[in-house]
Amino acid sequence: MTALATLPVVIPLLAGALTLVVGRRVALQRGISLVASAGSVVVAAILLFIVDTQGAISVSVGGWAPPIGIQLVADRFSVLLLLVSTVALFAVLSYAVSHQATDEGFRGFHAVYQILGAGVALALLTGDLFTLFVAFEIMLTASYVLLTHAADGRQTRTAITYVVIGLVASALFLITIGLIYGVAGSVNLADLSGRLDNVDPGLRRGLGWMLFMVFGIKAAIFPLFFWLPDSYPVAPTPVTALFAGLLTKIGVYAIIRTQTLLFPSEGLSPFMLAIAGLTMIVGVLGAIAQTDIKRILSFHIVSQIGYMIMGLGFGTAAGVAAAIVFIVHQIIVKASLFLVGGLVEESEGTGAIDAVSGVARRSPIIAALFLPAALSLAGFPPFSGFVGKLALVEAGFAAGAWLIVGVSLVASVLTLFSMTKIWAGVFWGTPNTNERRITPWGMAGATAALIAVSLVVAIVAEPLVGYAGRAAEDLLAAPDTVALVEGRTP
Amino acid sequence: MTWTIALAAGILFGAGTYLILQRLLSRIIVGLGLIAHAANLILLGSGGAPGAPPVLEDGSVGPYSDPLEQALVLTAIVITFGITAFLLALAYRSWTEQGSDEVEDDTEDQRIARRREARS
Repeated sequence: MTALATLPVVIPLLAGALTLVVGRRVALQRGISLVASAGSVVVAAILLFIVDTQGAISVSVGGWAPPIGIQLVADRFSVLLLLVSTVALFAVLSYAVSHQATDEGFRGFHAVYQILGAGVALALLTGDLFTLFVAFEIMLTASYVLLTHAADGRQTRTAITYVVIGLVASALFLITIGLIYGVAGSVNLADLSGRLDNVDPGLRRGLGWMLFMVFGIKAAIFPLFFWLPDSYPVAPTPVTALFAGLLTKIGVYAIIRTQTLLFPSEGLSPFMLAIAGLTMIVGVLGAIAQTDIKRILSFHIVSQIGYMIMGLGFGTAAGVAAAIVFIVHQIIVKASLFLVGGLVEESEGTGAIDAVSGVARRSPIIAALFLPAALSLAGFPPFSGFVGKLALVEAGFAAGAWLIVGVSLVASVLTLFSMTKIWAGVFWGTPNTNERRITPWGMAGATAALIAVSLVVAIVAEPLVGYAGRAAEDLLAAPDTVALVEGRTP
Repeated sequence: MTWTIALAAGILFGAGTYLILQRLLSRIIVGLGLIAHAANLILLGSGGAPGAPPVLEDGSVGPYSDPLEQALVLTAIVITFGITAFLLALAYRSWTEQGSDEVEDDTEDQRIARRREARS
């Protein structure tokens, strides 16, 4: 049964290899890739059920006993994000398959895509700081290839910025791992949480902020986000949607995981809340200044990351639980908004707000898909964004952080403003061309499915919030409950 | 961590940072290589003072060096090697398509510059 926890990593890797074996037969590649992604969703759902009812699962992969060997740990937090990530991976893959251009011109697309999925799963499941580094590298290397394979000269240059930032962050990550190993003598997360107690508190805090900064670059928090809005819009739509939905959230996952486990909170963290507030406001103001759908949405990625950091900054279980709910909502909604942006580009030829007009009349379907996703992003009831933001605001009031809650609400209003800007510019108005364009039905179907998932997130809000609360309590519990042994821990 | 390793890592890191801040892509890549070396040295130094080889052949139990961080360094070297090679390929492609090795201003800088020109 414990072997189940390795499948989310193994399935995509095998499928990726298989798509290369079948060579140029695109239909076969698509079949393998889709089946593997669907299989990962099923495995993640089963894992979620087992972990929630029977406790965390821990596997020693290499056969070495826990503190030395590599460990995979499936607990409530990682399994929930695993399920949401696999759903997003599957939906975006269906979109990419319908968007013929993505995989027909690029034989390795499915292999690289599956490797990215394996990297994401490994990052979520690993119980080891160095394996987390390796997982990030797998994920990022796959993302470099996806970002650059179809790029022209100018796009290549932008992509280089992304790769350079990734490399610098990796070097800093490696240095931090070296320093942590130097003072504590272990890279196993569960082992470290006990060993760091013997380390000088100032040194420990310094290491904590170094890790925060490293993952902050990957998550695009306030002073470290400049690479994101330039590089993401360059890629083909399915790739951008995947990056937007998943990659930064894995950074946030790593922040929450390491900060709660290794550097126990001392209550409210004013520094983290300040970073969160600045991330929200600067991100959303950047979005307002933009005139292209994908660039607007890219700045919103940055802005929404601030909400997650805010939840962590409260230093309470309720805050972490709210952040978890918000991550779940963001992965789905952000990916679907980018898919809608891609639909507009596909049907109108461009995503520039001034150049497109009257899409609501020309393709009502696309408008109908945009509206729920945009309102959800702004936090309107009854959509999933409302659930996440309500939980965050409640946690903020409980923690007595009035100022940051006020800032987050202002950022929400500005988010709504920038969504109305897209709506008024692209969807309303009279169409400026009579040329009949075809609505891409397959792609619209995949987008609709993902938006339906976000509606489901809102419908199951009650159990989801309860589950996130249990996951947050696990995270903040004493380290001895963390899996340090082979098999199950109750 | 011994002084020599710390000093070497510091110098490598300083030189790498200087090179990364340059406008020429080739220098940035060399700078990244230096920073990666600094990171590897720090990782190596984190294992403590060197001792006898970690594999005990004659059953003697004495000071022996920690094998784990060497395994970590090997993994890290392989990864940075691969990505640096990829980055070099990208730089070459960008050079063949654009004919220069210089990193331009980013999109936002260009927009602000255009706005200023339009106003004057």
